[in-house]
Amino acid sequence: MTTSAVHPPEQRLESAHPAWPDDTGHFGVFGGRFVPEALVAALDDLTAAFEAMRVDPAFVEEFAALQRDYTGRPSPVTEVSRFAEHCGGARVLLKREDLNHTGSHKINNVLGQALLTRRIGKQRVIAETGAGQHGVATATAAALMGLSCTVYMGEEDTRRQALNVARMRLLGAEVIPVTTGSRTLKDAINEAFRDWVTNVETTNYVFGTVAGPHPFPLMVREFQRVIGDEARAQVLEREGRLPDAVLACVGGGSNAIGVFTAFVPDEGVRLVGLEAAGDGVETGRHAATITGGSPGVLHGARSYLLQDDNGQTVESHSISAGLDYPGVGPEHSYLHDIGRAEYRPVTDAEAMEAFALLSRTEGIIPAIESAHALAGAMRLGRELGPDALLLVNLSGRGDKDVETASRWFGLGDRTEVDPGPGMDTDQQPTEGAVTAGDAVPGQDAGSQS
Amino acid sequence: MSALEDRIGAARAEGRAALVAYLPVGHPTVEDSIAAMTAAVEGGADVVEIGVPYSDPGMDGPVIQQAVDVAVRAGVGMRDVLRAVEAVAAAGAVPVVMSYWNPIERYGVERFATDLAAAGGAGAITPDLIPDEAGPWLAASDAAGLDRVFLVAPSSIDARLRATAEACRGFVYAASTMGVTGTRATVGDAAERLVARTRAVTDKPVCVGLGVSDGDQAAEVGRFADGVIVGSAYVRELLEGRGPEGVRALSAQLAEGVRRRSTVSP
Repeated sequence: MTTSAVHPPEQRLESAHPAWPDDTGHFGVFGGRFVPEALVAALDDLTAAFEAMRVDPAFVEEFAALQRDYTGRPSPVTEVSRFAEHCGGARVLLKREDLNHTGSHKINNVLGQALLTRRIGKQRVIAETGAGQHGVATATAAALMGLSCTVYMGEEDTRRQALNVARMRLLGAEVIPVTTGSRTLKDAINEAFRDWVTNVETTNYVFGTVAGPHPFPLMVREFQRVIGDEARAQVLEREGRLPDAVLACVGGGSNAIGVFTAFVPDEGVRLVGLEAAGDGVETGRHAATITGGSPGVLHGARSYLLQDDNGQTVESHSISAGLDYPGVGPEHSYLHDIGRAEYRPVTDAEAMEAFALLSRTEGIIPAIESAHALAGAMRLGRELGPDALLLVNLSGRGDKDVETASRWFGLGDRTEVDPGPGMDTDQQPTEGAVTAGDAVPGQDAGSQS
Repeated sequence: MSALEDRIGAARAEGRAALVAYLPVGHPTVEDSIAAMTAAVEGGADVVEIGVPYSDPGMDGPVIQQAVDVAVRAGVGMRDVLRAVEAVAAAGAVPVVMSYWNPIERYGVERFATDLAAAGGAGAITPDLIPDEAGPWLAASDAAGLDRVFLVAPSSIDARLRATAEACRGFVYAASTMGVTGTRATVGDAAERLVARTRAVTDKPVCVGLGVSDGDQAAEVGRFADGVIVGSAYVRELLEGRGPEGVRALSAQLAEGVRRRSTVSP
């Protein structure tokens, strides 16, 4: 059992983080640019504009004002004691990105990229979206700044997330259902790249996560790192110490990089990414890219991905549209390989158990994506035992998931939530009655150290 | 030294551009795709770009996507590609592999180079690999004596045109328009301007791809380029059920096009 310890600020590593990526966008062997030559000029322009903008006081001021007055930053940190009773006695703090305007962390990045679009003089933005949160955020920023907006969304996802499709259209965006391949996020990204290479003179691609070719992984991290910068200060302020672990769900990985970055130099703070294990990694029907994948090239960068022996991308599976992606941002692959962050799988069933639990114990309905991080906290809390302090990034709210959750729990005219398969039975190792401090024999119980 | 440069040079000696035909392996089946490639050669193609199926062909339009999707679902892999390479070489054209990067990386870069050379392949065209990221491929293609073709685009600045052409062996692939593969009514001036800009920085042959679909366009492009690359139009022959006969007829039409008004100076 790890005992919790105080990690004062002076113990931070001296190496100035971020020390990566390098000038050409590499995180060790990961990242880079694997793109058609036709896009290189646009990526170079974007990189130059971003580097100029991030040190421009007028931009910094404008961005800060938007975050404060439009998004509603800083987002609060909430302690969830009733939920924490199911986490082995650990204390659990939530970073409330669900309270941002538009309902998730996605707005942080989009406002930055929309300002950048205006700066480089383009009038049209395109975006890909999985759960629809990034699409809604992009449509929102486009409306705010008078840009024309087209969002590519897998046809399968337009069904799973119909509410967000309606929101995007209300905001004035054009939503194009993508009917190629697996009809999910991966294929939406392919279509967005095809649009971009065709219309690059007039159009900027507002990429939604820390994946893709350089400079997207860098740029999106810098726009999202506000989450961890705020949270680190907030936790220090209220607790006088740093958390023992920071947890976040990982699809492409933008909310996780956002909350991790400030803590990377804090060696004593464990960084834990929770990947979507779908039906279970062993079934092959999952989206746990680092846990179950291998290094390769997808969507413009080298990173872990789900692929077969021929190098074909394998379709991912998750109840969560926002995590249903066979790739992951290159910085996560790097953090994994250098051992600075750990990545664990969470099944659909475990995530939905946590989804129901947070809803009923705290009155907070999380996004199903974020519920993966909550499930990770339930398990890690039991491993670490009482007095452990966990910070969980609650990346989004669950309004968009009400229909999916109703189907999962079999809610119809019934008035009470059936907690779902496995919950409150002896079949689930993460069931809530385990006493504080007990280590739970889960899939990775042997990996704690 | 370079099988592609030799063949393109031979066409130039005849006062014409070379005809480069693209077809993906495994559509509609591996055998049928090899039969189609052979037919393309019989109809007059000098070079065959042998497409490696890939699940995420980000540079391709709907026609090639549809064909490649069939091959991906059938599990077509590099072993099938190497068979097609041997068949095209036996038919008398120069085989060059066209592949997105991940299938090559997954197969193993050195292994790919060794096996491709052994099968009689001239080299590879890599549409999503820029020379900046190509270190292992530059080394492996040197070691195996293979050609390597990178793309230039209308948006490439002069410094990149020069560096990319420098890294190429065989020819430089000029992507005529900003966009994905597919047939277009007109090829436009962008292609001619790009070829002229590329010629200003290199003596290597420059071939033009994206958008050419018939004999007239082949004739037009053949007047300023060393090679005319045709992809979607060939694939459409197969998608619309005209089979090897349709491919052979299209090749004949395009071969006539590149020979029309033979004004390309040597």
